[in-house]
Amino acid sequence: MNSYNRVVLMVFIITVFTVFVGRLFYIQVIDSSYIEAARNNAIKKLIIRPARGSLIDRKGKLMVINRPFFDIKFVPKNLPVEFDSITFCRLMDLEPEYFTKRMAELRKQVGFSMYRPQIFISQLSVEEYAKVQEGLYHFPQFYAEKTYTRNYPYGSGGQIFGYLGEINQEQLDKDATQYYNPGDYVGITGIEKEYEERLRGVKGISYQYFDVKGRPQGRYKDGAEDVAAKAGENLQTSLDIELQTYAEKLMTNKIGSVVAIDPSTGEVLCFVSAPTFDPNKLVGRNRGKTFASLAKDPLKPLFNRPIKGASYPPGSTFKAINGLIGLQRGVIDVHTTFNCFGGYNGAIHVGCHAHRSPVDFEFSIQTSCNAYYCNVFLRMIDRDNQVDRNYKDWYAAVQRFGIGKKTGIDLPGEVKGNLPTAEFYDKVNKGWRWRGATILSLAIGQGELGVSPIQMANYACAIANRGHYFTPHIIRKGPKNKVEKYQTGVQQEYFNYLVDAMEKVIEGGTGTIAKIPGVSMCGKTGTAENPHGEDHSIFIAFAPKDNPKIAIATYVENAGFGATWAAPISSLLIEKYLHDSISRPALEKRMLEGSLLHKYPGYVNPNPPATKPGENGDKPKPNPTDTLKPQAVWPVNRKTLSSTSIAQR
Amino acid sequence: MAGKQENPFKYIDRPTLILMLALVLIGWVAIHAAVYSPQMGGPFNWEHAAGRQAVWILTSVFLFVVLFSMDYRLFEGMASISYIIMIGILVATIFLGKEVNGAKAWIQIGPVGLQPGEFAKLATCLMVASYLSSYDVRLENQTTQLISAFIILVPAFLIILSRDTGSALVYASFIFVLQREGLSIIYLVLGLATIAAIVLSILIPAPYLYGSVGVFMLLYVLFSRRKKQASITAITWTAASTAIIYGVQYAFEHILQEHQKTRILLLLGKIEDPSGAGYNVNQSLIAIGSGGFLGKGWLNGTQTKFDYVPEQTTDFIFCTIGEEWGFVGSTVLIILFGLLLFRIIHIGERMPTKFGRIYAYGVASIIFFHVLINLGMTMGILPVIGIPLPFISYGGSSLWAFSILMAILLRMDAGMRSTMR
Repeated sequence: MNSYNRVVLMVFIITVFTVFVGRLFYIQVIDSSYIEAARNNAIKKLIIRPARGSLIDRKGKLMVINRPFFDIKFVPKNLPVEFDSITFCRLMDLEPEYFTKRMAELRKQVGFSMYRPQIFISQLSVEEYAKVQEGLYHFPQFYAEKTYTRNYPYGSGGQIFGYLGEINQEQLDKDATQYYNPGDYVGITGIEKEYEERLRGVKGISYQYFDVKGRPQGRYKDGAEDVAAKAGENLQTSLDIELQTYAEKLMTNKIGSVVAIDPSTGEVLCFVSAPTFDPNKLVGRNRGKTFASLAKDPLKPLFNRPIKGASYPPGSTFKAINGLIGLQRGVIDVHTTFNCFGGYNGAIHVGCHAHRSPVDFEFSIQTSCNAYYCNVFLRMIDRDNQVDRNYKDWYAAVQRFGIGKKTGIDLPGEVKGNLPTAEFYDKVNKGWRWRGATILSLAIGQGELGVSPIQMANYACAIANRGHYFTPHIIRKGPKNKVEKYQTGVQQEYFNYLVDAMEKVIEGGTGTIAKIPGVSMCGKTGTAENPHGEDHSIFIAFAPKDNPKIAIATYVENAGFGATWAAPISSLLIEKYLHDSISRPALEKRMLEGSLLHKYPGYVNPNPPATKPGENGDKPKPNPTDTLKPQAVWPVNRKTLSSTSIAQR
Repeated sequence: MAGKQENPFKYIDRPTLILMLALVLIGWVAIHAAVYSPQMGGPFNWEHAAGRQAVWILTSVFLFVVLFSMDYRLFEGMASISYIIMIGILVATIFLGKEVNGAKAWIQIGPVGLQPGEFAKLATCLMVASYLSSYDVRLENQTTQLISAFIILVPAFLIILSRDTGSALVYASFIFVLQREGLSIIYLVLGLATIAAIVLSILIPAPYLYGSVGVFMLLYVLFSRRKKQASITAITWTAASTAIIYGVQYAFEHILQEHQKTRILLLLGKIEDPSGAGYNVNQSLIAIGSGGFLGKGWLNGTQTKFDYVPEQTTDFIFCTIGEEWGFVGSTVLIILFGLLLFRIIHIGERMPTKFGRIYAYGVASIIFFHVLINLGMTMGILPVIGIPLPFISYGGSSLWAFSILMAILLRMDAGMRSTMR
């Protein structure tokens, strides 16, 4: 026997074990890729979505809150082989094939696993859940998981708050901070969009162990590396939700806008775009359906008229501004009078209603005389034959009232409206020497002029403050909303004359219907001609006269005279805001029940409205003052009139 | 005879016993960690592998004590009988066996399933020792070689028939026993050469192999002085290698099952499939590799605890050790195995009888092969062959078989040392 026979096995053992230790050293100590691989296997990063911030009204009432809803979930693997899906669906108040359909749907999803919880029914409301809870009890494989969605206790303010929607790919691509994940909800419009970053909060991260079948196995390092979610900020708004709700009720079955602002701060008190919708219908399971029907509605309830209604002519409410500018520029003083015998009769004729003549400044506002403002405007524009220079000066002066530029309200999508430039008229008139008379409709707030309701409310504030206004805003404090003070450049004494005149409008002028017992209120009616049917009814006002608390602009489309609809609605809102009660129930009833829907093209009402304006005993005194009969303007301008002053709806 | 002897426990080889117990305990702790979850309760829960392993350990201790109390001279006489019975059981298993994981290697006796293959190694070991130690048997003799091969290959063949190829491979370990007893080392070298040839013939397409053999032989003839003799040698070698290459490729294509082919191809890097056939090894490597130098700590292994590694209590139990105890723990385990093997060889060499020595070598070879194949597999060096890691892996049959193997060895050692005093 050879002596090496004894050592062969030992040599083999040593060789093999040395190779093993070497191999172990390589994979355990040198190659670190396996550590990463093991981590990726077992530890998953879970995102914890924070609660979204609530919205609170100026009196501390919750307007937008998070309400729980329920997802019915199940782990497919846990279902018995012979699962009786038909009985189950019946118990759950679903069609019998729902289960099969849903399973097919789930299987198609990326990342589907039989071992992981799947959503069977999503977003059941508390009431809906209560109904199926009983049935669920018999099927322990199914369970409910609570999540949150937006809820609006008052059912109003949809256009201000906006709504949430699942983030789309484009938004994800734009998200530089990498905050969002697919499936997240983001603000699509309104405050939800404008204040998205403050409302959304900060996402939390939880690292969790998962086994090979995708079942959770507890927290990684007991949560040492977890980041807690931070709830979104609760934002205090300047809105008065009760006023808002009341305004929306008053605007039911009408198209138009109401914007009320606290003139001393620029805080928006209510903001209505009619027709409106119940924001509660834009959450939960039926969101898609509701959204589609709202989007298809010919009355465009999703269109945010107060900030996007770009081509509303301000009508006679604009006379206040022309008057102020005229006084400031010295083309008239408060004692200057003009004759008016049925209107202005110059190069063109602008009609007016019957009133005494001659007319001074105060009476011109009180009775809304067209002839007076045609004269004032011509004096401003045609002065010294320097039309171009004069028009540019006028343009700048008007712009200082916040017209023709964005007010800067903290809502997305505001448009600047239309204040036509001198260059615009050069172009339109193609080398013609245009003069004041050419653009005379601007004198009375018609023509190419397009002013959004928020801008009208804004200049109501400027008048209420006798010379200045603040950036209108909805969210009270925070870094994003810079509230600035703007001076109109008109002396306070001229404002005082105007305010006195506007008081007379209510006391004994075109707006007497708006008179609130015991309140000194100032207002100005407007009636804007438009190519879409009846005139628009407009009213701007503020109250009390001294130290005003509320300034308001109401715009009701195709409703006739300013005094018919806009003035009473404004008046009721002012009373509601100042006194928190209504002393004129008959007027209130007429405004609440009045429907103008039959006047709107595209609208088919199966049940014609019971009340028509003017049929009621409490009918307003017909006041033809604000009407501009279409015998005005040059042929060229007639064309531009009809093509630009299109009320958006 | 019996009763006159001194208490055999006094002469038990303590280092071996300690090493064995250490390995069994490490195994138990590792099994507990591999299935651990906070909800499972203590380690003595029958519902879990660790709890059941505790039972296997206790019964193994009982078996060990019983065997150790027997007369050591009985074992030699029991060799042929146990071998014949075992062959019978293996044949029966082929027909009656319960199929688990594609192999019909289990026999159900009441509540417990046993793997006769585990015990067949023991019987074969006894039989080989018995035959080779008998009078006038010399391994230089061709008849002896054939008979030895027959004794070893019959159970292996029967195990292959029950489709448990992995366990059959262990019988190759007896070559170390034969080699120790005088078989020319040429056979061992030939064996390794065959493995190399197999690997080469799978890796390299046949024409290149034939071509390179031809060129090599041509050069050999050209540069040798005695051309005639060289030519004959060259022709012989060429023919032999051609036969091997052809044989291997034929066997690979026609004898091996599909999954075995896949495993070999995976190991040789010819195919990659980390989520399919390569999943086990890939996850096993991740488990061991992620352990790092010191490991993740006991009960902190995510790969094994959360079932990413399949068979994590049985064939892949080393993953738990690698993951939770790292390089240090794994190396300690390998050293423990090394010490145990060296101690068994040492016991074998100090045996006064040829039977005892051959048996000890048999035990060492069997354990060595198990460790080699099992660890080689988990580390991705060898193809996936499902055999347990001795003393460590979960399983009654395996633990019992190794306990009996060791009990007989230590009893003989103790008996002989007590009488030789």
